[in-house]
Amino acid sequence: MAEVTYLEAIREALFEEMDRDENVFCIGEDIGAYGGAFKVTEGLLAKYGDERVIDSPISETGIVGAAAGAAHMGMRPIVEMQFIDFIANAYDILTNYVATARYRAFLPCPMVVRGPSGGYVRGGPFHSQNPEAGFIHTPGLKVVYPATADDAKGLMKAAIRDDDCVLFFEHKYLYRRIKAEMPAGDHVVPIGQARVAREGTSLSIITYAATVWKALEAAEQLEKEDGLSVEVIDLRSLAPLDDEAIQATVRKTNRVLVVHEDTRTGGIAGEITARINESSFAWLDAPVLRVTAHDVPLPYAPSLEDFVLPQTADIVRAARTVAAY
Amino acid sequence: MPRATTKAAKPPSKPSTLNPRPSTLLSRDQVLDLYYWMRLTRTLEERLVALYRQTKVVGGLFRSLGQEADAVGSAYALERRDILSPLIRNLGAMLVKGATPVEILKQYMAKGDSPTRGRELNIHFGDTERGFIGQISPLGDMVPVMAGVTLTFKMRKQDRVGLVYVGDGATSTGAFHEGINFAAVQRCPLVVVVENNGYAYSTPTAKQTAAKQFVDKAIGYGVPGEQADGNDVLAVYDVTKRAVDRARRGEGVSLIELMTYRRKGHAEHDNQSYVPAGEIERWERENDPVTRYIARLQDEFEFSKAAIDAVDERVRREVDDATDVAERSGFPEALDALVGIYANPSAERPLWFREGTGSVVDVHERPEGWGTWSAQKGESH
Repeated sequence: MAEVTYLEAIREALFEEMDRDENVFCIGEDIGAYGGAFKVTEGLLAKYGDERVIDSPISETGIVGAAAGAAHMGMRPIVEMQFIDFIANAYDILTNYVATARYRAFLPCPMVVRGPSGGYVRGGPFHSQNPEAGFIHTPGLKVVYPATADDAKGLMKAAIRDDDCVLFFEHKYLYRRIKAEMPAGDHVVPIGQARVAREGTSLSIITYAATVWKALEAAEQLEKEDGLSVEVIDLRSLAPLDDEAIQATVRKTNRVLVVHEDTRTGGIAGEITARINESSFAWLDAPVLRVTAHDVPLPYAPSLEDFVLPQTADIVRAARTVAAY
Repeated sequence: MPRATTKAAKPPSKPSTLNPRPSTLLSRDQVLDLYYWMRLTRTLEERLVALYRQTKVVGGLFRSLGQEADAVGSAYALERRDILSPLIRNLGAMLVKGATPVEILKQYMAKGDSPTRGRELNIHFGDTERGFIGQISPLGDMVPVMAGVTLTFKMRKQDRVGLVYVGDGATSTGAFHEGINFAAVQRCPLVVVVENNGYAYSTPTAKQTAAKQFVDKAIGYGVPGEQADGNDVLAVYDVTKRAVDRARRGEGVSLIELMTYRRKGHAEHDNQSYVPAGEIERWERENDPVTRYIARLQDEFEFSKAAIDAVDERVRREVDDATDVAERSGFPEALDALVGIYANPSAERPLWFREGTGSVVDVHERPEGWGTWSAQKGESH
């Protein structure tokens, strides 16, 4: 079977789910005739028509709100944020309206909000963000952020079928760089389950999205140069977090490094560290350390962006510190 | 300063020539029905004031005194299968759509068997079966939501219409703009009702917009706009019915501005110190929607005083009975707070320091002087 890219895998999921369920429809800016800024939705309009592939005005609040209303009526909308940075424009309606709908009003709100996320692409301050931490803080939302092409497909299918709102972060650096063979059949990856991306015994790196690949690079280097056996956990889902998988790896290696591309303060690494402290303090042989972006808006110039974002060398250095503690 | 008259301005767009006054087709029963819903709204709110003063209403109380006609007349223009989204002054619209006095009372009193099981306040609740969707406090948000509800009606080729209420204040929000614009572009079967009651909390309309009238905004969205006297229940019905009929014919969104006046404060605690002297009294004296309609029922429709009194008596009895029922219910069980955030998982687990406890506190932790505690402690040193 031919390999498909991370981006094509997401598109396959959209086609398959729109075929499977006529209540699924897509809405977003420039997603129809143009196929989306990154062409994720290319071909959907031709197949499903403009009632199910809706080119919208530039109105993030409008389209997320409309998706919620349609979801109440039994539809399963998929909303594209042209860049995930613009999800901030829909923060109110997502956190105040969508996230609370089931709890306060018993209104189902099955919908997906998806969009290209993340840096390493010279996108500057408004085309590189990782705003996931702002949403895992809101009860009522689910958040996924896949690192591999097969997870991208399987999680998208799970997100569309989920009975609540799922924010689906797609890493744009991975869109065309990562490929995988798609598992045959109806490939659904359950939300809320982490994945062991690499088995190890010396220490664990817990991460997600693009930095999974940097962590894997670091693990290889550490094995060659230091003889360390590094376990890499790919969280895949950020809300809910897979506490079992986190505890299992902590209790296996007793040394943990948490890595993410998002900024440091208030980032998910802090939450994971706190949970490890609460659940598994006695199992630790070293303090849990974090490798994250610096707390600055993401700059454009390569020399600046590369400095701000976590790199493989940073992970190697931090892992050595954790291992040597 | 709002004038005490709500004479409709000349409509900026030509109203449909089909049935310009659909209210003339209402039966005598329906004409009296409109009075029943307005009276029920007012009497129920008066009962809520009494319960509020007895501290049985655990939160704030929001009145629609003086606006009963705009809520009732507009909702009455919808069919059972249609869906509306009320705002805080639209108790009357919810009652017309099937919300019951018992539900309203239980909501305000935070009862465990209230429509939201004590999770939400006041009239913030809904029922898609009966055709109303609960509002949230951030204003304007229901416009895009109702755009999506009506988009679904259109996609499924259903013969259904949506109606969303916003106040004069909500028209200033981005959500209002994005929602009505999107619905207009998609030609969703949606009626947007702007209730201009003169104030958003304490802010008068003049500080809300530089537009001469809210109905002018319709032009900018490319939709028909009509303005009507919001204190004339039949005029409200007519203007809304015309818009509902347009939506049902596939002609898309309409914007309606209903001219009315908020005689009470934003909520019961609001002393209305910002209102010019005499303004409220003048509206009460000259332009009360219930008083006006009673006069019309007697003069134009020739209902007897006895017939009107009988409605008042029925309403009084219904509100009394509802109060008895609502007061009998208890508060929700504490652990229900953790249920139903998601479909799956179906509940959150209590945090470790609450494991094994059924309720949280035996005594409410509200010591007198909370907030001055350290100062008091300081004095003892």
